[in-house]
Amino acid sequence: MVDSKMVLTGQTLAYTFYCIVIILLVAWFSIKVTGKGKGLAVKPAIFYTFVAFLTVLGVSLHLITYNTIPWAEMDLNRSDYKPDKTFVITVKDHKFIMPSEKLVINVDDKVLFDVQSEDLTYGFGLFRQDNSMMFQMQVVPGHRNDLLWHFDREGVYSIRSTEYSGPQGVFMILKDVVQVIPTTSAN
Amino acid sequence: MSFIQTLINGEEGLFKSETLTPMQKLTLRFVVVGLIYFGFVVIEGMLMRLYEVKPLPFITEPQFFAILTAHPLVGIFGSTYSIVFGAFLFLVPFLMKKPLWSIKLGNWTFILVTAGTFIFWFAGFVSHYAPLYTLYWPLPVDFKQFSVWGGTFFITGIALVMAGSAFFVINIFKTITYTPEGWEKQPSKALLASALGITGFKNLFTKNKKEHLVPLPVAAVARGSVDVALNTAVILFTGVLVLVFMIASILGFDLKNTAIDALLYKNWFWWGLDLIADGLVLVFVAGTWYLLAMMISGKPLFMQNIARAALLVELVVSWTVWSHHLLSDQAQPAILKVISGEMVTAFELITQGLAFFITLATLWSARPLKMTNPLKFLLGGLLGFALAVPAGIMQADVGLNRILHNTQWVVGPHVHVAILIGLTMTLYSVIYILFPILTNGAKMYSQKLVNIHFWCHLIGGIGMGAFMGMAGLKGMLRRSLYLNGEFNIYMILAATCGTLLLIGFLSFFYNIVMSIGIKGVIGIFTPSKIKTKDLIPAS
Repeated sequence: MVDSKMVLTGQTLAYTFYCIVIILLVAWFSIKVTGKGKGLAVKPAIFYTFVAFLTVLGVSLHLITYNTIPWAEMDLNRSDYKPDKTFVITVKDHKFIMPSEKLVINVDDKVLFDVQSEDLTYGFGLFRQDNSMMFQMQVVPGHRNDLLWHFDREGVYSIRSTEYSGPQGVFMILKDVVQVIPTTSAN
Repeated sequence: MSFIQTLINGEEGLFKSETLTPMQKLTLRFVVVGLIYFGFVVIEGMLMRLYEVKPLPFITEPQFFAILTAHPLVGIFGSTYSIVFGAFLFLVPFLMKKPLWSIKLGNWTFILVTAGTFIFWFAGFVSHYAPLYTLYWPLPVDFKQFSVWGGTFFITGIALVMAGSAFFVINIFKTITYTPEGWEKQPSKALLASALGITGFKNLFTKNKKEHLVPLPVAAVARGSVDVALNTAVILFTGVLVLVFMIASILGFDLKNTAIDALLYKNWFWWGLDLIADGLVLVFVAGTWYLLAMMISGKPLFMQNIARAALLVELVVSWTVWSHHLLSDQAQPAILKVISGEMVTAFELITQGLAFFITLATLWSARPLKMTNPLKFLLGGLLGFALAVPAGIMQADVGLNRILHNTQWVVGPHVHVAILIGLTMTLYSVIYILFPILTNGAKMYSQKLVNIHFWCHLIGGIGMGAFMGMAGLKGMLRRSLYLNGEFNIYMILAATCGTLLLIGFLSFFYNIVMSIGIKGVIGIFTPSKIKTKDLIPAS
């Protein structure tokens, strides 16, 4: 399965390429518009083609990501899936209250994280050991905050609040509490 | 002239504040205060950037978060609102060829925005009041970490800024529609309809098309002002709401999340807040680009009717895109995420791309142009939005938002590049083009300093956004601290680029002070000796 790290690599490449192109384009325009030459009116056909291009680009971005990013479809239709495991986590007074000391997950499990806040708005994110983000969601009090995730490889992850909730929120980190292990060695 | 003489009297002693009309003084006051608050923001930004690398001994952690809270508010209200309000209070009557409806009300806008910004900044500085996420004020209200009194003063400051904003909106619409003394009766309703785009919309369905009574940039200001008015109402209402929570707390009641549904409130507030970032900023900027392109090129705007219609589309789009801020809220209905959060938001790519194209095409029609200061800063502004808007469209995607929300990506390549490069460079272009008009022909002290300002600002702003973005893609959150130096390399590089921004700003500020002199700066704040409603002195 495509990992969130791979999606970010793809995004980095695409956006970097775009930035280089647009910077070069504006630089070229700056040289040309002040250089020798005669002012000519731009043909309306070029303008309408450009508008059509932007329309296609704007819509296709979401269609492409919906069909290539594996969690997008699962996220929007998560009630149609049956999770292999569900973890109910409560957040109160800037602390995560876990169902057990470690959350052990089998490779290939679809896991539902059901996080409830009893006071403020927080965030809930899973982070790899190199600090990169696996996923995150908001945790709003008085509402169901659930996220279904398919774990397709082994790993150890930390939980961190991804929403600002005052200075104390910075310390809402549970180091290495999520373990994804091969199916054979699972409980 | 010696250095001291220039410092006191300005370049060649050309700027004479006693020759300024009340309108010129009003506009210059807005600009000076806006630039001072921009200085606040640059220094605060640098302090935070350094703190992200290594906590500074003279700043406590609560103080860091208080700076983090005040920083965007001072930037948007204290700096940007000041410069934009000042420029538009001058440009709307200038383009309508009649005096401002009320200079007195304009002065009140200036006083309220300046004082309000100082009050909320000072309340944050003293009490370390810091519960906000950028401009978002979360409910339930947290009284364990933050002082009720600090919050009360903070809200008062914001409320004053909003009152000033309301006065600005009234002044703009009254200026468009009123009949000055001694003039033939103006068609108020028709002027209003033209400014808001109703005439253009009706023209689509009738054979007898009516002419546009207001110039295109004025239509942009009017439509952006609709968003200013709506945003003012939402923020004022929210301020009162938060105040209710505070008063309840003082009286011993804890309303917590029982009084207002947190998600419903979040939708309401983000709807209102988005009228700034995705509304008035984009509409105002597009209108300003068009005006600058026409002034620089001396040519009519390319595809004028389409541009006018696009401004209306942009306004309507700004009312319907708020849900892209709630893509990570799992209780938010999926239909809102897809329609409002993704699809309608993607329209901004079209409307902003269209404004980008129209501006470039207008400039192109007048080549060869001289690379003047307004032109170079305008091109910088265009580049800024060309970089920042697609970055925003990417994060406004259900799939990508899951791994980008609340990371440095959002605040780097999107927010900072949009504001620092896109918006601020456009404003600098306006300042450079209006400088001789507002100062009755004063001369810039140094072109070299203008060039240093341009390159330092452009490279510093894009570089800072880029390194913040790289950190975000590696998982670094915004509004957080990494005490073990996990992202130090990116933060050091971002701080280096931030230093360039600071150098650019100091060059600009020094250049302006040397151009008009300290005597001139003081003179801007003294009452005008010329009793006239004219914008510039009669020649």
